[in-house]
Amino acid sequence: MATVDLKDVRKVYPGGVEAVKGVSIAIPDKALCVLVGPSGCGKSTLLRMIAGLETISAGTCSIDGKVVNTIGPTERDIAMVFQNYALYPHMKVYDNMAYGLRNRGMPKDEVDKRVRGTAKTLELEHLLERRPRELSGGQRQRVAMGRAIVRNPKVFLFDEPLSNLDAKLRGQMRVEIKNLQRKLGVTSVYVTHDQLEAMTLADVLVVMNAGLIEQQGAPLDIYEKPSSTFVASFIGAPPMNLLPLRSGQLEGAVTLPAVADNAATLGFRPEDCEVGADDAALDGGLRLMANVAGVEPVGAESFLYCDAAGGRIVVRVPGRTEVRIGDQLPIFARREKLHFFGSDGKRV
Amino acid sequence: MAEPKALPPASGHDKLMIGQSKAGIYMAHAILILGILIVAFPIYYTFVASTHSLQTILRPPLPLLPGDRFLENYSEALFGGVGRIGGVSVATLLINTTIVAFGIAIGKIIISILSAYAIVFFRFPGRMFFFWLIFITLMLPVEVRILPTYKVMVDLGLIDTYTGLIVPLIASATATLLFRQFFLTIPGELVEAARVDGAGPWRFFWDILLPLSRTNIAALFVILFIYGWTQYLWPLLVTNRNDMNTIVIALRKMISFADADTEWHLVMVTSMLAIVPPILVVVLMQRWFVRGLVDTEK
Repeated sequence: MATVDLKDVRKVYPGGVEAVKGVSIAIPDKALCVLVGPSGCGKSTLLRMIAGLETISAGTCSIDGKVVNTIGPTERDIAMVFQNYALYPHMKVYDNMAYGLRNRGMPKDEVDKRVRGTAKTLELEHLLERRPRELSGGQRQRVAMGRAIVRNPKVFLFDEPLSNLDAKLRGQMRVEIKNLQRKLGVTSVYVTHDQLEAMTLADVLVVMNAGLIEQQGAPLDIYEKPSSTFVASFIGAPPMNLLPLRSGQLEGAVTLPAVADNAATLGFRPEDCEVGADDAALDGGLRLMANVAGVEPVGAESFLYCDAAGGRIVVRVPGRTEVRIGDQLPIFARREKLHFFGSDGKRV
Repeated sequence: MAEPKALPPASGHDKLMIGQSKAGIYMAHAILILGILIVAFPIYYTFVASTHSLQTILRPPLPLLPGDRFLENYSEALFGGVGRIGGVSVATLLINTTIVAFGIAIGKIIISILSAYAIVFFRFPGRMFFFWLIFITLMLPVEVRILPTYKVMVDLGLIDTYTGLIVPLIASATATLLFRQFFLTIPGELVEAARVDGAGPWRFFWDILLPLSRTNIAALFVILFIYGWTQYLWPLLVTNRNDMNTIVIALRKMISFADADTEWHLVMVTSMLAIVPPILVVVLMQRWFVRGLVDTEK
């Protein structure tokens, strides 16, 4: 139904603070684009600029090929789901959902049809006569979604919509949002600081840091080939192990493959580590000795926190483990699973 | 929105927090009853006096029980007219005062809610300047600016008019600040949600801000109505004609320095009638006010 195009978008606040420093993203039709990054990275500002709630200092934002820089949020035909839901506390669920439609001058019976239809999709029918304060957190979240869907907009904008829910509900809603977005086929922009949400929801993943895009692309591509140490440590839980290299050497490493001259950091993911694996299969990989400082059995897997090569690394082992704190373990990582980053943090 | 919190079950111990012994409870109640008597007795005595004839009142001691002239006294005052204030009836005074009190209360609420709306939700040049200007007027009581205000009213020919009685008292820095504080607690997301939902400034004010301010408006109305009802200095200055007096001014005019000239039974009736509307407003609005509170907190 619509594409969203950002071209070198910037946001400078009156005090001179630059929150977004030139961001370009092209979101294809029907795609779900997730903006992820630590707090203060400019992702919410960017979303609010797409919504028209913040002015765009420079660059252009186009929806469906039309530049919308100077158009107000109402005319942009977008719908937004807010972090705290922002339901109108004095209105019943029905009126909360109908408000935007009525403001657009839709006839009463059409409003009714749409609200009831959306309520049915979201299983909200029995709640239509209630007020927001009589609903649980999850129900409020659904109503906020319903208020967005009922408008049938060109673009959905989600501003950390799941951050106020408990972990279990968050997982459920995540799946539901994804399914709903697929079913409705509405182009969406989703802001989160939760890398798990980002990975699972995104068609296009955009990792932001300090007002700039660190990397954008398909979630698994980013996971496999992080473009910088920032992305490597932000995407993935637990994050990628990063160890400093001193003139191409790793302190305490038994073997280390040939390293490019400008590499300053070596990285490998916790799940790419093998403990006590067969040497022959690992030719050209990394081998080092690690002292176990902590063990975290999660059930299906266990995490070993180890001191090695002048840093702290995490090793994921499947299932339960017999390893105890204080053990010394040989750790291996295959050549193709190693990542190298330059002194500027960029991938080499 | 806060989730409802269950109160801990009240145990017998909690109820006895202050008076642990029975004697303590009796003592506390005795003090409370005494306090109520001290406050209520003058009002009761006024009521008693309003039901006796002038002769009975002037011949001490005044009886402690109501007399038999309730209907005569009240109908004479309400509809007959009181000699000392040029034969104007108390009914006229009540109408005047009601118009003034409503005018002041409603006018103050409308003006202050709109100014607070502008200051909180709009970015315009001089916003903070205007905010501080309003704030500074808090430091200027009516009495300080009463002469220039009076001059302006005379020049505009507004002496002895409702406009002259109401308009100079209608701006309220206090109410503006109260509404401002309340508006500042409204989450920005709610404003943005309304914008995305296609509500312009006026719609937002009417559909969202006003319903949310219900309880504040009710509370403020009670306070401002009583403020308007009990105004003394300004109505005293700006009215000359007896039939434009408010009830408080008329009450003062009814009392002569020579005791014998004063129709005390009518003064007492007027006093009683002057108390009734504020009490009504408090009682009626209180119910509404509590309902509003329950609604938002549930």
